[in-house]
Amino acid sequence: MKQLRRTSLYDTHVAAGARMVPFAGWEMPVQYSGIVDEHRAVRTRAGLFDVSHMGEVAVTGPGARGSVQWLITNDAGRLRPGEGLYSPMCAAHGGILDDLTVFCLDEGRFLLVVNAATTAQDVRWISGQVSDAQADDRSEELALLALQGPRAAAILQRIARTDLATLRAFAMREGIDVGGVPAIVSRTGYTGEDGFEIVCPWDRAPAVWNSLVGAGRDDGLVPCGLGARDTLRLEAGFMLYGSDIDETTTPLEAPLAWTVKWDKGDFSGRAALAAQKARGVARKLVGFELLDRAIARPGYHLTSGGRTVGTVTSGTFGPWVNKSIGMGYVERAAAGTGTPLEADIRGKAARAVVVKLPFYRRMAGS
Amino acid sequence: MYPQDLRYSSEHEWARVEDGRIRVGITKFAADRLSDVVFIELPAPGASVTSMQPFGVVESVKAVSDLYAPVSGTVVEVNTSLTETPEVVNTDPYGSGWMIVVDPKDLREFEQLMSREQYLTAIGEDGE
Repeated sequence: MKQLRRTSLYDTHVAAGARMVPFAGWEMPVQYSGIVDEHRAVRTRAGLFDVSHMGEVAVTGPGARGSVQWLITNDAGRLRPGEGLYSPMCAAHGGILDDLTVFCLDEGRFLLVVNAATTAQDVRWISGQVSDAQADDRSEELALLALQGPRAAAILQRIARTDLATLRAFAMREGIDVGGVPAIVSRTGYTGEDGFEIVCPWDRAPAVWNSLVGAGRDDGLVPCGLGARDTLRLEAGFMLYGSDIDETTTPLEAPLAWTVKWDKGDFSGRAALAAQKARGVARKLVGFELLDRAIARPGYHLTSGGRTVGTVTSGTFGPWVNKSIGMGYVERAAAGTGTPLEADIRGKAARAVVVKLPFYRRMAGS
Repeated sequence: MYPQDLRYSSEHEWARVEDGRIRVGITKFAADRLSDVVFIELPAPGASVTSMQPFGVVESVKAVSDLYAPVSGTVVEVNTSLTETPEVVNTDPYGSGWMIVVDPKDLREFEQLMSREQYLTAIGEDGE
């Protein structure tokens, strides 16, 4: 078996009582106090996540913007320095190679934050696609922390030498002093709450972590594991790469058509996606709730009148919405909101209904 | 965390003799590994259970697991309160988190279960 990698926060996690599990080749904390506890803390107060296993790829050079525009389906043409966006990155056949956050540092420098399991192949792919620019894997030098929740801004403001009120959603700022450590701070996240992601030098992550834990003590900040990260993102209706989307799915089948910007010019996968759009997708990824007391796990079948119409890609109990929720691909005819379905739970049919995503949306202004 | 008066199975169920009947639940070790139990499927009174065969299912936020009967017999009592408060399996696994009471076919199956010390060795813990 391949040796699992560890982030610079490994000892910090173990000392804090985290349960460590293998994830995408890394030994990561799945939980501290418990998934439900941590989930509720993020919805009501704040949570701190180590997501240093994720990859960072710098695309630099005169052709950086053009290269990024070619690589992703969303429109990087409108990004000004200090702005970011979310986008799939598609192969020529339209399948999703990864989903990523793209930041424009300045005209000739873009930073792509990619998934851990796909980092190596992303770097190869990106390197082969850029023109008049180069791609550098910065993953080993950069750590990534996520501070999420309604108290996140107040907590970070105590130790960050910048006015966070002027940092809007998806905006980022370089060279911010966070507890004495230079960092890139963006107002992004994967939980459905207000929050920040903090990129800092690999070995300085424990210092930033400890500063944040100290600054957030009175606000009820808790360290969180990947377990709560998954339940939070599912409630918020975010895709998980490798589960809900992958190379065999397209942004048009996933609810990511909004990220495909047809008027921006050519991009990788465009022709295939245009053809799929013209003929119409055969399946859609939908959200569903189970009405019976059960959880539909990934791989379980979704049926209608005894006939299989789809497959579950994510399923859990939503600790905040207090419902059994999931996502899965279903035939287009079964994709309408309100469509009754059944989930085949180990041979027993549980009643399900297609619902609009997300399952959870935070109140405006909170 | 692992009471002395219980016997333990390799599938992390505990068993306690009460007037010739066996009360069954899952151990603290299993409850911690599952974390955040949200649904539990249990058999109805009168159902037969077989030693080391599944008798029910426990769903946590993270995963689904079968429950294995530590002894064979007939289910005589079911903890229906777990429908509304499944979380007590995490907070009180040996008390209010009990699952079923079995009228055992053969008490020798109970005697063959692990002692506390044997179970602690099996899970690699020192009992603290």
